[in-house]
Amino acid sequence: MATEIPQSHQNPDPQISLYYQTRAAHHAVVTSDWLAQAQAAVGHHPEDAVSDNSSLKSAGGEESGNGYSVVNEFNNWRKQPDLAEAVAAIRALASVIRSSQATTMMELEIELKKASDSLKSWDTTSISLTAGCDLFMRYVTRTSALEYEDFNSAKSRLLERAERFGEISYKARKIIAMLSQDFIFDGCTILVHGFSRVVLEVLRTAAQNRKLFRVFCTEGRPDRTGLRLSNELAKHDVPVKLLIDSAVAYSMDEVDIVFVGADGVVESGGIINMMGTYQIALVAKSMNKPVYVAAESYKFARLYPLDQKDMVPAIRPIDFGVPLPSKVEVETSARDYTPPQYLTFLFTDLGVLSPSVVSDELIQLYL
Amino acid sequence: MDSRRVPRTVSDPKVRQVGFFAPPDRFQSGPPVPTSSSPPVSEISPSGNSLSPVMIPPPRNLSSDMSRHFPPAPISPLRGGRGAADSSIPVGSYNPSEFISPTATADFSEDAVSPGWSRKGNSAKFASSLPTGGIGMASVKQNNVPASGLATVSTVRMPKAVTEKGGATGEVQMEQQPGDSKTSKEKTTKAERRALQEAQRAAKAAAKSEGSKTQAAASGVNSINANSGKVPKMTPPKKDSSSVAASEKRGGDRQPDKDRKKDVPHPRMQFDDENRVEKAKRRSVVKQTEARSRVELFRHLPQYEHGTRLPDLESRFFQLDPIHPAVYKVGVRYLAGDISGGNARCIAMLQAFQESIRDYSTPPEKSLIRDLTTKINGYVSFLIECRPLSISMGNAIRFLKTRINKLALNLSESEAKASILLDIDRFINEKIILADKVIVKHAVTKIRDGDVLLTYGSSSAVEMILLHAHELGKQFRVVIVDSRPKLEGQMLLRRLVGQGISCTYTHINAVSYVMHEVTRVLLGASSVLSNGTVYSRVGTASVAMVAHQFRVPVLICCEAYKFHERVQLDSICSNELGDPDAIARVSGRTEINYLEGWTNSENLQLLNLIYDATPSDYVSMIITDYGMIPPTSVPVIVREYQREHLWI
Repeated sequence: MATEIPQSHQNPDPQISLYYQTRAAHHAVVTSDWLAQAQAAVGHHPEDAVSDNSSLKSAGGEESGNGYSVVNEFNNWRKQPDLAEAVAAIRALASVIRSSQATTMMELEIELKKASDSLKSWDTTSISLTAGCDLFMRYVTRTSALEYEDFNSAKSRLLERAERFGEISYKARKIIAMLSQDFIFDGCTILVHGFSRVVLEVLRTAAQNRKLFRVFCTEGRPDRTGLRLSNELAKHDVPVKLLIDSAVAYSMDEVDIVFVGADGVVESGGIINMMGTYQIALVAKSMNKPVYVAAESYKFARLYPLDQKDMVPAIRPIDFGVPLPSKVEVETSARDYTPPQYLTFLFTDLGVLSPSVVSDELIQLYL
Repeated sequence: MDSRRVPRTVSDPKVRQVGFFAPPDRFQSGPPVPTSSSPPVSEISPSGNSLSPVMIPPPRNLSSDMSRHFPPAPISPLRGGRGAADSSIPVGSYNPSEFISPTATADFSEDAVSPGWSRKGNSAKFASSLPTGGIGMASVKQNNVPASGLATVSTVRMPKAVTEKGGATGEVQMEQQPGDSKTSKEKTTKAERRALQEAQRAAKAAAKSEGSKTQAAASGVNSINANSGKVPKMTPPKKDSSSVAASEKRGGDRQPDKDRKKDVPHPRMQFDDENRVEKAKRRSVVKQTEARSRVELFRHLPQYEHGTRLPDLESRFFQLDPIHPAVYKVGVRYLAGDISGGNARCIAMLQAFQESIRDYSTPPEKSLIRDLTTKINGYVSFLIECRPLSISMGNAIRFLKTRINKLALNLSESEAKASILLDIDRFINEKIILADKVIVKHAVTKIRDGDVLLTYGSSSAVEMILLHAHELGKQFRVVIVDSRPKLEGQMLLRRLVGQGISCTYTHINAVSYVMHEVTRVLLGASSVLSNGTVYSRVGTASVAMVAHQFRVPVLICCEAYKFHERVQLDSICSNELGDPDAIARVSGRTEINYLEGWTNSENLQLLNLIYDATPSDYVSMIITDYGMIPPTSVPVIVREYQREHLWI
């Protein structure tokens, strides 16, 4: 969790990873009207978006005098529930370039690096945030157009690339939804775990394309993701069945495909996702059901966990409703790592990939 | 990996088939084809001798059938290269397809006798039949069947003199080819050729100064003769005992340019091919003695008598004009085993080349680029004679030659030399020394407090990682697994304990016993191939397999310059053979001498492999200077970054 960030941006509740606080904030009040409103707002100029659904975050849109606070900007973006965190970061970094007062390329790059570092340190547990920042830096500074003599034109070129990256990332969901339509056939049963906006987009698009399918949602304790997801799907007249987390193996026989999102995609091709994903993947693999992951390409991170404990822990306390004796420990990790051998395909904006291709993409991008 | 190999059935415990051998040439002698007509059988050429390329199966009841089914001459390579008529057996190469239908072929060979049956009635000597038989058959195989990836296609011509298979046995065999119409013709031819060879051998023996060598050879020859039950009937009698002594086979291509152009890091010359070997021998600098009693399955790899060449080489130090002293020194050290380990050998070789380039001056009327390349090729051949190249050395040589070729033509000699020397320095620095630092940096992030790390043998990269992690203050302990005969782990143990790291030391027999308490396995590699296979010291595959079974992550630490685009599926088709005597003896325990005189035993061959291939399924991650990558990404690195060599 945040430990090295300036005081003003301290994590108000150190017990819970900021990442999950954001998600909680986003989903605390979810109504379809509000969702539609937010979507529409995002479709317009982002500055006009309504972003007042949550007051959890203190940072408003204030800019301190001359210093541009990237984290403020980031928080601004982040409040939109439909905007992925990494995209918000990318937009914030793009605005850093826009408002930068550097006069040389080197200075600009240093500024960018500082902004990126401060964003990353703001929430160290969010993989997509880190990965998004890294990728942005790579993508933007890799252009050979930086050798322009005129700094301003170089800067505008940089800005152009940054905004294009933001656009691509934002549209990633639509691309993924399009790619995955072929894999959802009529009469299929889809098991979904966790509340991923990408997966929701996929299912929504399928419903709009008049495909007949039904969805099994795991309850998703302690975040109640299943409840939220079933809420959403019900609005689109998709038959939904809620399962408690332990009933996955029991129902796996009736399931045709398993669909999950990802918090991060690691170099080995595995994914880091909400706690419970690994279990479901194991059961699905043993019963020969395909497991599909829908993840945008900015989630590709240069991590390589060897086992479950090899990651930065993300803590999410669980409220059992009854007081527990003091000697009883609770496993509070919020996510787990699913190794690549249990995944079938990854749907990304780069296309439909097999897990071993992730490393190829990362190598080509980073090296 | 297991599903790829069908276990071979040993049909007769008395008779142990090792390696490949051709089913007896029943078709000539008329024994009935086995009922289960396996497809290979049908492919047999009309000449009757050709055996299907799908080989195998240990025939049963060989002794009884031997006389009946003694393979007639057609299989003999002596037939002046009648390739078509010969049976097709992959020479010494491991052809998995051959194991596909052991039962089918078993039937097939039930009353068929391998062509190599010893005339001396040693039905057990099937294995030995392979080399000579195999050679003949290999050529046929080539004609009949497109060589499998693993089969050695290089044996195009029938080797006239197979190997040290005693000429005596060959002779015996020759005489014992009854009812073979061609035999008489063969005999004449064979006799002629033998006479020719004897003359040549005599000349060679006369030229040889080392009496010991000939003695050793003679004794070796005798034992070979004793062992020679294995001579296949086709064995040309050319090679007789004395030829063994004289036949100092060396590995290494003697067409250095061609070889280099193929960019093959290992000397791929197949040692079963007599002609190539003869040619190579003629040009060799190092006269090596062919080892006695070689294992059939590995006849395609060179094996020499260790230690016999050292005194000879040392005495000729000042006579070897073509070889620069620095290169010579390095070669002798390889021979003696002083330098071992991929990085050490590569750096030593490159530094020796640097010395030689410093002293180099272009002869008049010659282009620097071409002449220097030729010289380097000569040095490389010399080094190969001392010890076959490792893949890392092969890559380094490829880099060097590319850089030489890319020299601008208008450079003066001193400029060109300076440029090459600089390139070599940069290669060593960037690809080896700095790469190791990057690897250490990545790897220590995977070591946590409380870890129990297991390592095998002695890898320079792993040692650096452990020392650095200890410096950083991480709390861990190390289990070092070691194995005979090299016992390399002891050196690593000494160094780690010297730094204060708590270590456990054990032999590889106990690896499954200790694995339950291990949290990570760190292994080094001689090379990583394109399909993710790790080519490393023999024993690594076993350790990785046990670790995989215990679900312990296996981390391979390997610099990127050791990657190669080759693909290898097993440990047999390309390997290195060490000194078999090292297995027979236990240092410091002279009372363990059960294997003394093992060479006299006909039934016994010792095999000392140096490398083995670990399949990619057992590897969790490869740590290179390009970061931590899964084994499936090795071809990406090879593709993207090997080309960097050309533009360093």
